[in-house]
Amino acid sequence: MADFALRCEGLRKHYGDVVAVDGLSLSVSRGECFGLLGPNGAGKTTTIEILEGLLAPDAGDVEVLGLRWASHERELRERLGIQLQETQLADKLSVEETLRLFRSFYVRGREVSALLRLVELEGKRTSWVSQLSGGQKQRLSVACALAGAPDLLFLDEPTTGLDPQSRRQLWGVLERFRADGGTILLTTHSMDEAEALCNRVAIVDRGKVIAQGSPQDLIASLGAPKVVTTQGTLEDVFMTLTGRHLREE
Amino acid sequence: MKSSRGGALHPLIELTLARLRELIREPEALFWAFVFPIVMSVAMAVAFPSSGNRPVAVGVLSGPTAEAAMRALAAAPGVAPRTVDEAAGLRALREGAVDVLVVPSEPPEYHFDPGRPESRLARLLVDERLKGAAGRVEPWTARDQPVTVPGSRYVDWLIPGLVGMGIMSTGVWGIAFSIVQARTRKLLKRMVASPMRKSQYLLAQVLARMVFLAPEVALPLLFGVYVLGMPIQGSVSAILGVSIVGALAFGGIGLLIGSRVKTFEAVSGLVNLVLLPMWIASGVFFSASKFPAAVQPLVQALPLTAVVDALRAVILEGAPLRAVAGELTLLAVWGVVPFLVALRIFRWR
Repeated sequence: MADFALRCEGLRKHYGDVVAVDGLSLSVSRGECFGLLGPNGAGKTTTIEILEGLLAPDAGDVEVLGLRWASHERELRERLGIQLQETQLADKLSVEETLRLFRSFYVRGREVSALLRLVELEGKRTSWVSQLSGGQKQRLSVACALAGAPDLLFLDEPTTGLDPQSRRQLWGVLERFRADGGTILLTTHSMDEAEALCNRVAIVDRGKVIAQGSPQDLIASLGAPKVVTTQGTLEDVFMTLTGRHLREE
Repeated sequence: MKSSRGGALHPLIELTLARLRELIREPEALFWAFVFPIVMSVAMAVAFPSSGNRPVAVGVLSGPTAEAAMRALAAAPGVAPRTVDEAAGLRALREGAVDVLVVPSEPPEYHFDPGRPESRLARLLVDERLKGAAGRVEPWTARDQPVTVPGSRYVDWLIPGLVGMGIMSTGVWGIAFSIVQARTRKLLKRMVASPMRKSQYLLAQVLARMVFLAPEVALPLLFGVYVLGMPIQGSVSAILGVSIVGALAFGGIGLLIGSRVKTFEAVSGLVNLVLLPMWIASGVFFSASKFPAAVQPLVQALPLTAVVDALRAVILEGAPLRAVAGELTLLAVWGVVPFLVALRIFRWR
């Protein structure tokens, strides 16, 4: 039996007339960092929220850590770390108070002090969330997702809007998590993020997976780079497949 | 020391602490909960002073016979006479600066306003004095036993009403707002993505509310007792009992109001829609019994009416809890039914 951390088959979800996810299938092995790559509105967030058990699909099958949401929701909640795109943590709680709150929800997990060290926020322990920079807020949000020492971490556009230095700091946190044997599923529309972090990516467009593989394989599949001096990138892959830029709305 | 939750306490305690921290770090919330009731009771005490000891203001029309009347009236206790000319006297009467205007002729002539009880009373009192001064033989001199009923001033009656209003406002605003805030910030969604138990989140809202209740009820009452000389007849436990049941009722209503709403505008509108009728109809500032009989069943069914009536009975009349069992039952219904409905329709995402 293949050791899948996550598997889904034929996911469909529509909102009114709009089809957000249109027969999407993918599988993520344990220990992988898997990226869902695509422009805004491609269905990335809807897909990840279905996988997180926050949205019910209209059709399709989801298996997470070998379990199903309908029968094992509590166990799954204990074993998953989830970071949502738009969450704003409470402004008037300190970094440590916020972490303690989230840590208290999990039966097992890391010490609050270890989490602070992991995301390099020890110096901001007593600062209110409202006093943090964007990058610090995002690292705190990821620390909250790591509070229960999850087997699988979901991240929805974790570095959107961050400056380059903050992005690198967050990437460091994710690399350490993976080095400890964790599995990551993240969405992004940033090429370099996918190339830097993911060992496999799925390119999603209009609710479907249009290409899947390691970043290197996908770039190689383009054939010889058009301009000899330029290395191919995932951006090129996406443009070749869809004729559009990834950043387009 | 390594605890079982990595340095965190039980989730219910952490959730309650988080809510309390947010509350005490919000200066506006503290103002409305603690300062407002005191400011209000001071303002009301100044605006409506106790009228019991005010002397009767009598205007005597100046003229040759005024002096005898002035002497007779000045000798009487509780009467403050002064001479006035006709125009000024009539104006003073109209404005309420004097209660009766005496034309000291033989027999005297009284100008007074029969629409004002104190004006009718002043006329009787002045007539009595002047008849005595004119040589009427009194059949007897009654032995008066003046009884001062403690707590009979308006401000004594008002303070329990303000305490009840505070229990309502803080409960409904506090709970509904904090839930809607967590929802708009997607924090609710983030928390239900964790293993947090939903019931514990809701319970923590109510628990945090209960912690705040004690100072919120005690402060205006202590201010009333030590600054305004308000008497408290009932027991502390009875006052707390009514307050707790009242806070639970408004907690349930706050939860229901916050259960689905997604924006601050909508929740503000809903809260005002629910609270405004009670500010007016529940007898905080004037007795609810002044409303016509036809609407009394409605007025009496309001939770604020029940809290205010029960608090007044306990504080001003020393009633035990069993004497307000009817109000407490009504409040329990107001607490439980909205709570159950809220649980059913609550929007977590």
